[in-house]
Amino acid sequence: MAGMSESTSTQMGMHTESLTGRDIKTKFTLENEGGFAYHFARDVDFNRRAEIDCAELEPTEINRRIRELMDSGHGSIVIRNPGAKHSLIVGILNRMNIVVEGSLGYFGCGLLDGPTVRVSGRVGWSFGENMMAGVCVVEENAGSTFGAALRGGDLVCRGSVGSRTGIDQKGGSIIVGGDTGAFSGFMMQRGRIVVCGNAGKNLGDSMYDGTIYVGGDIRDLGVDAIQAELTDLDRGWLTRKLNMYELLPAQGVDHFTKIVAGKQLWSYDNLEPTEKKLVL
Amino acid sequence: MCGIAGLIYRDGARKIGEEMTAMLQALRHRGPDSTGFAMYGAPGPSEYVMRYKVAEKEDLDGGTRIHRAIKERKAAVGAVLEELGVNVLELDEPTEYALRSRIAFDGDLKRLADQVEEVEGGEILSIGNALELVKDLGDAAAVSETYGLSTFEGTHGIGHTRMATESDVDIRSAHPYWAYPYNDIAVVHNGQITNYWLMRRQLEREGQRFVSHCDSELLAVYTAVNLEKGMTLEESLRRSIDEIDGVFTYLITTRNELGMAKDTMAAKPMVLYEADDMVALASEEVAIRAVLPHEIDTSDPYDEEVRVWQA
Repeated sequence: MAGMSESTSTQMGMHTESLTGRDIKTKFTLENEGGFAYHFARDVDFNRRAEIDCAELEPTEINRRIRELMDSGHGSIVIRNPGAKHSLIVGILNRMNIVVEGSLGYFGCGLLDGPTVRVSGRVGWSFGENMMAGVCVVEENAGSTFGAALRGGDLVCRGSVGSRTGIDQKGGSIIVGGDTGAFSGFMMQRGRIVVCGNAGKNLGDSMYDGTIYVGGDIRDLGVDAIQAELTDLDRGWLTRKLNMYELLPAQGVDHFTKIVAGKQLWSYDNLEPTEKKLVL
Repeated sequence: MCGIAGLIYRDGARKIGEEMTAMLQALRHRGPDSTGFAMYGAPGPSEYVMRYKVAEKEDLDGGTRIHRAIKERKAAVGAVLEELGVNVLELDEPTEYALRSRIAFDGDLKRLADQVEEVEGGEILSIGNALELVKDLGDAAAVSETYGLSTFEGTHGIGHTRMATESDVDIRSAHPYWAYPYNDIAVVHNGQITNYWLMRRQLEREGQRFVSHCDSELLAVYTAVNLEKGMTLEESLRRSIDEIDGVFTYLITTRNELGMAKDTMAAKPMVLYEADDMVALASEEVAIRAVLPHEIDTSDPYDEEVRVWQA
């Protein structure tokens, strides 16, 4: 990890320990472009657009059609009449645009790596679970375990989300325009959660690391979650990120409360650095 | 896992049988073992509808003797009703083992229920002025067809698709549960109650009866006792969150109300749609979409949330 980024993320309270061992982050170069995509990734054209009407299709068939369209080079797909069906748009490991005109059920947009998805309706439980990279924006409300085990990318919900938002989060950013339920950030390990509204009870319970920002009221904090000082770096990041998704409050971000791990529950310090890396 | 659903119309009775069937069929994947409905038709203050069974569906596989036994049990129930002065206005037999009687009776409901249940195989599924409770093995479409529910008109109802985990696959363990012996109260539940035996023994000591080993039955009895003590439905629901341990989301209906409660961990799902003319709740949005296929604005109730709607 480069010195600058380590310093910045440490100052923002994202983590305090120095990671050692092999760095998984590499600098992007045009020569090494192929190293940043899966060998089986489709060469899609963002200007080629197709639609899928899901009204009469089963989830398996819908996901198969998405892949067939990717195979034929379509880089922009519109999903019509999703009818809150479960497990749609999962395992897409390509850069592409997907627009969902309607609502998704449970486990929507899981295991993504790269696409940009916009959902005009609401989503059910476990939306964006294990997403590795990309952007997903939900225009209405979301169910519980929004962004569970998120590893990277931006997961945005303009409405309110259910309980256990960002449970076991390992990276990336979860941004909520409204409120979030109980146990948000439960056992989170990395990344950031931003809640513009209120947060339910046990916020950040047993979190190992990472940062939670809340614009409204916090019912109570979970075990080992503590309040930290909002720094200029936090303000800058929050302003930039919320602006990106048109969620920046009129009064700015000074009123946000920052929550980090108290790190009294840790037992990793007994581990060797390489073991620590494996655990995290 | 189990799936639960509820509907309440704010503008009068509609074809709730058809809509509840569609909702529960959409939840079939959450529990294919049995399906149950508790729906509220036009209340008749001087009349009751009694739903009861005299055998389990699986008993029919036990040879030819059971058919003779069922006839004898039906006759025995008839004798009990006559002895108690019950006027049977109508008798339907949608299946060989489950019956529906429309009765006129001004006596003690508990005594009526107890005496019917003294008949071998006898179990009251519900007694109510407005409530009709139907449950059987199979999915919603099959149960609805067998019992002719598609034409049922009513103001509100709840339903359940069951995945059997801790008790048997039979009608006795299927939901909804009627709150014996209280008129017009039924419950469906998704979850697990961890202080079930503690609370059951406490209620049994107070004279309450349980017919199954299903923890969901506790919620029906518990609520009925609270209402009998003078609590409102909302007060009972709030109290249950403190007194009942475990993970649960449950729906409960009275003659003119539909209520929901979600436990302190919010571990069991519920999606809520509220509009001026109706309220729909279900474990998954696909069930609500089965009756409202257009885009709708829904939300997830939070932990410890309690809501009550009037029909």
